[in-house]
Amino acid sequence: MSVETDVKTLVIDEQEVSARAGQTILEVARENDINIPTLCHLDGLSDVGACRLCLVEIKGNNKLLPACVTAVQEGMEISTSSERLQKHRRTILELLFAERNHVCSVCVSNGHCELQTLGQEQGLTHVRLPYRNPNLSVDASNERFTVDHNRCILCTRCVRVCAEIEGAHVWDVMGRGINSLIITDLHEKWGSSTSTCTKCGKCVQVCPTGALFDKSKMGSDHPKSPDFLPYLNLMREAQ
Amino acid sequence: MSQTITIDPVTRLEGHGKITIQLNDKGEVEDAHFHVTQVRGFERFSEGRPFYEMPSLMARICGICPVSHLIASAKACEAIMSVRIPHTAAQLRRMLNLAQMVQSHALSFFYLASPDLLLGMEADVKVRNILGVAAAKPELGRAGVGLRRFGQSIIELLGDKRVHPGWVVPGGVTEPLSSEKRDKILAMIPEAYANTGVALGAYKQIADTFKQEIEVFANFPSNYLSLINEDESIEFTDGALRLVDEGGKIIEDGMTAARFPEVIGEAVEPYSYTKFAYYKPLGYPDGSYRVGPLARLNIVKTMGTAKAEKELAEFKGLAAGLVTSSFHYHHARLVEILYGIEKIEEILSDPRILDKHVRATAGVNRLEGTGQAEAPRGVLHHHYKVDEDGKMTWANLVIATGQNNKAMNLGVLQAAKHYVKDGKFTEGMLNRVEAVVRTFDPCLSCSSHAAGQMPLLLELVASDGDVVDRVVRD
Repeated sequence: MSVETDVKTLVIDEQEVSARAGQTILEVARENDINIPTLCHLDGLSDVGACRLCLVEIKGNNKLLPACVTAVQEGMEISTSSERLQKHRRTILELLFAERNHVCSVCVSNGHCELQTLGQEQGLTHVRLPYRNPNLSVDASNERFTVDHNRCILCTRCVRVCAEIEGAHVWDVMGRGINSLIITDLHEKWGSSTSTCTKCGKCVQVCPTGALFDKSKMGSDHPKSPDFLPYLNLMREAQ
Repeated sequence: MSQTITIDPVTRLEGHGKITIQLNDKGEVEDAHFHVTQVRGFERFSEGRPFYEMPSLMARICGICPVSHLIASAKACEAIMSVRIPHTAAQLRRMLNLAQMVQSHALSFFYLASPDLLLGMEADVKVRNILGVAAAKPELGRAGVGLRRFGQSIIELLGDKRVHPGWVVPGGVTEPLSSEKRDKILAMIPEAYANTGVALGAYKQIADTFKQEIEVFANFPSNYLSLINEDESIEFTDGALRLVDEGGKIIEDGMTAARFPEVIGEAVEPYSYTKFAYYKPLGYPDGSYRVGPLARLNIVKTMGTAKAEKELAEFKGLAAGLVTSSFHYHHARLVEILYGIEKIEEILSDPRILDKHVRATAGVNRLEGTGQAEAPRGVLHHHYKVDEDGKMTWANLVIATGQNNKAMNLGVLQAAKHYVKDGKFTEGMLNRVEAVVRTFDPCLSCSSHAAGQMPLLLELVASDGDVVDRVVRD
């Protein structure tokens, strides 16, 4: 493969950039200090394009495409922050806030929450949709961790980190659409005696909200650090 | 023709309430009620939540006294965990609770009560507020703001936030105190003493002019309940409860939080969303009692700090036996502010306060727990039940205002009978009926309220429902 065919040249937000073939729009944008908001994406995990916050406009294409799973192509002209995109992003966030019970003031992740931060960054001041206020359960049966489905946004980071990095695949998604629910094993209690959970806590560290949290942490003392993932991957590849 | 006078909402309170006064055919006051018109539902919606979330959840009940809820709640959680928290953590919490007491009492005295006390019950409603006080008596306005700032700044230094600090958790507190923060608090103390001196001086000067109000502002014998230490000194955070009768005789002593539900019941009246607490062996309403500053100073034998001790002696001299007029709640608040400042200084002078070990950890070791503390307004009790995973299955809170509820109602009736005659009332008369409630500084499960500027609607309603008179205050 020659060097020329390996390099793509494209334009993101009127800035000319170059990329390697196979790179996603999100990767290239971040390499060039262009911020595209994300929630389900996490460096070190596979991408699923679930949250749709990273949607971008591509000239000549009527569809909006998720930057995290769209590969760059030669000559692409991409817009990442048009008024239309910002409106869509705010709507997505409003839908997330309205879907379950996100009460920041009493959440363990208050001040450290990616959903909360995005709401602030995107200028979300009101949720115009009626809140659904579903009556969702809390599973506190695990001796170290708790899952509160009220705060889950179904980003599936926990599912991916458990399957891809820890190799246990304890987490998965049950149901469809609005009835989707993150479950442990075959919808058994997380603390069940037959649980396959290794209690490694990676799912807690990658959870962007207060849905998964450490029992010994509470109030405002629960910052999470998912930064270990790329390092862990790197060290494994080096072996 | 019987009539009803409605005062809705009652202003300069924490929360939303109204007063109704029923008049008989002759225009005499027959009955009067203080109604709490808001419903919050905290006990219900905490069900299903992990118990260790309860302190931060319950603190949201109130923006004025969140610290008391944090502490009572954390203690109930610690009963579930079966842990004893480190000494330094207990002292830090004690200081936080005292700081809140100082700022809350300053709010009650300066912002809510002083417009009546310093400008007069009959003063023009346009100036009868904290701004009017600041204009007429600038040194008192400054002292009030200064004492609020003192308390709030300590809460912020310790817990990072002035309202709802997340620092108090089951097992202790999240962070130890640094020497820098200790020094900052110590530096604020001289000004706080000076401001308290200004307030006490001003209050004592004017107190004598309120002889009539002292006589009829919920002035009757009653039982009293408060925390007290083993050495009979005042206590806000630990210690045990003592209940005394109208003659000061001890009815119950050494009452732990675990015993509280056994002996204290809650009655329900159709006119209020707030329950009426009473001592079960005496039944309702005979077992009703008063809590808060008046109860505390009536029950304790000593303050345990030099300056406040002198003030306590003077306070106890107000009456031959126990001090029975609720008007004296105002005076008691100022004595407690002085105590709070002295005690904070004392706590900070112990080098152990900087100890780094400030938290104990444990899981669920019991399925039920109770915790109690003194809120600025009186005894606060939290009672939780959890399942084996530590999820809340039941909660009951007994707040100070519920314990003062019967006394407030009797007080409103007493004042209404004195001031409303022949079916006639003036703004100044009705303000006195409201002012009775203000002496208790009730916290109507409040998180937001307007001070002094809420509209007031007074209606005289005939028995057939016709409004015969109407006064609107904007």
